[in-house]
Amino acid sequence: MELVCPAGNLAALKSAVDAGANAVYIGFRDATNARNFEGLNFSERDMEAGIAYARQHRCRVFLALNTYPQPAGWPAWQQAVDRAAGFGFDAVIAADIGVLAYAARKHPRLPLHLSVQGSATSYEALRFYHEQFGVRRAVLPRVLSMSQVERVIANSPVEIEVFGFGSLCVMVEGRCLLSSYAAGKSPNTHGCCSPAAAVEWKETPRGLETRLGGVLVDRVGAGEHAGYPTLCKGRYEVEGNTYYPIEEPTSLNTLDLLPRLAAAGVAAIKLEGRQRSPAYVRQVSQVWRAAIDASQRDPESYRPLPEWQQVLGRVSEGQQTTLGAYSRPWQ
Amino acid sequence: MHDESTNPGPRPLARGPADPAAGEIRLSLGPVQYFWSRDTLLAFYAEVAELPVDIVYLGETVCSKRRSLGLDDWLQLAGELAAAGKQVVLSSLALVEAESELKTLRRLCDNGRFLVEANDMAAVHLLAGKLPFVAGPFVNIYNQHTLTTLAALGLRRWVMPVELSRDTLADLQTHRPQGVETEIYAYGRLPLALSARCFTARAHRLPKDDCQFRCLDYPDGMLLSTQDEQRFLALNGIQTQSALTYTLLDEIRDMHLLGVDVLRISPQSTHTMAIVRAFDDALNGRREQEEIAQELISYMPSGPCDGYWAGRPGLSWQE
Repeated sequence: MELVCPAGNLAALKSAVDAGANAVYIGFRDATNARNFEGLNFSERDMEAGIAYARQHRCRVFLALNTYPQPAGWPAWQQAVDRAAGFGFDAVIAADIGVLAYAARKHPRLPLHLSVQGSATSYEALRFYHEQFGVRRAVLPRVLSMSQVERVIANSPVEIEVFGFGSLCVMVEGRCLLSSYAAGKSPNTHGCCSPAAAVEWKETPRGLETRLGGVLVDRVGAGEHAGYPTLCKGRYEVEGNTYYPIEEPTSLNTLDLLPRLAAAGVAAIKLEGRQRSPAYVRQVSQVWRAAIDASQRDPESYRPLPEWQQVLGRVSEGQQTTLGAYSRPWQ
Repeated sequence: MHDESTNPGPRPLARGPADPAAGEIRLSLGPVQYFWSRDTLLAFYAEVAELPVDIVYLGETVCSKRRSLGLDDWLQLAGELAAAGKQVVLSSLALVEAESELKTLRRLCDNGRFLVEANDMAAVHLLAGKLPFVAGPFVNIYNQHTLTTLAALGLRRWVMPVELSRDTLADLQTHRPQGVETEIYAYGRLPLALSARCFTARAHRLPKDDCQFRCLDYPDGMLLSTQDEQRFLALNGIQTQSALTYTLLDEIRDMHLLGVDVLRISPQSTHTMAIVRAFDDALNGRREQEEIAQELISYMPSGPCDGYWAGRPGLSWQE
């Protein structure tokens, strides 16, 4: 089972490689990828250096090109595919059918992965991308139960990668427009959820308020932690109750499930967090390297170490983690 | 894989959009996105037979546990509406996860009579290259290359994803493959997100596998407001909708110019018949636009929005 780690810049890439990643995924510095944030991602020069560094250490490099171009922006995506082929990436991770079709036609030897943004939740959907574009691997949305993942893998024509750790999308990736509804930009259209320019933090007599596009996402009292205003993790009112109607601020953590994921035939575990620091990438990658190695040495007696969970807990949203769709209340 | 330069694409429809004389915009009634009882659904569709809509989309698109009508019931209803002169399209489930859902989906795609609206890529795969199909608003068609690729596989009509703007539509229309019609989601609470988690069950502190069908009590979804009382979202089982109702009534003239073929009205629990008649009046210039607009606003559970059309945040309204 491969470990696939995020890198938002060259330092993070080196951290991931040094921590034992089998592959890292990175993006260009524009809207062609789903972590299009100010100051993040790779210039061409850093990309060359990063790929060279990874190669020296026998680590593969994937390019995330996983947003949905509109006609006015199409040339940038087409050029990104061409540049990816030129750089010699080990795979391009894409979601848009037009982008996949172009890549498959123009660069038939460039391996294609289906991004989580492609929203494929069944083996019939995977067969589409495999038959039409020769996709070799797919990343599953974070909405399937363990038995559903097992069934997908048993019938899938492509390798399956699943998220192991990181910020949790509660909604099916590629099918969530909450961010553009409030703030005009979504992961699909602009490669960003909750764009920073639309975020407000304001002290008021009633507490610290966080807003996105003017929409009040949460209001916290003294001593409470105010998270980044992501709409699906906000506190709202439903039928007179104020709570987190969609999800608490929390991160996905599947460390407990590693042996079962491996037994199901999962080809790779993906860690989320290209927007996070090199220190985060190092810590989280080290924990997962150790955990995957331990579970492969002896799946029967594998138990996550408390110190691993502590490290992951500290860097999680709201300092808490969940099994997400793998847990019963979701099913 | 295909090459758009050599593939002629599907045959044009009788009233093809490439025909400049067509020009006429038709109305469709989208699938009911909420959980209504069997009696409510049957009474609703009995009235639809008399309505001035050309196209009716039928079926459960949100949650496979909702079975007040089964596939056989939907097929019977489809036959009745077809006999009343409607073009009937069967809409597929938008989030397909379980094997049982794939089984139902295969039966739907193999129905042998009615066109299918694919709402996810599993449905597209089952139909591609075999049968003509409609791509619903949950299929991500954001550019001309996606549109062309799907057209070569049998796409006959596409519903533009709701977050796309008028300007993107204009670009897409200039590249539209022959024989593909364009439908716009023109009235209704916006479908914004899908999850595996059921937010209606969560609101009642129930696990999803013991949801007790609480969504039956929310025929237009469950209102979610911010802590400063802004009506923000509507929770509809695993689907999240806008609390505000999207309306493009005022854009009908522009849609004529853009060559839009179909306007979709998404059903709500009350006034749907009046809403359809209001759009029909607007299309035929029977009443003052302003009067119709005011009438529509009076039917909306939480007021109007139209931001996406102008390329602004979806919740904004005509500024």
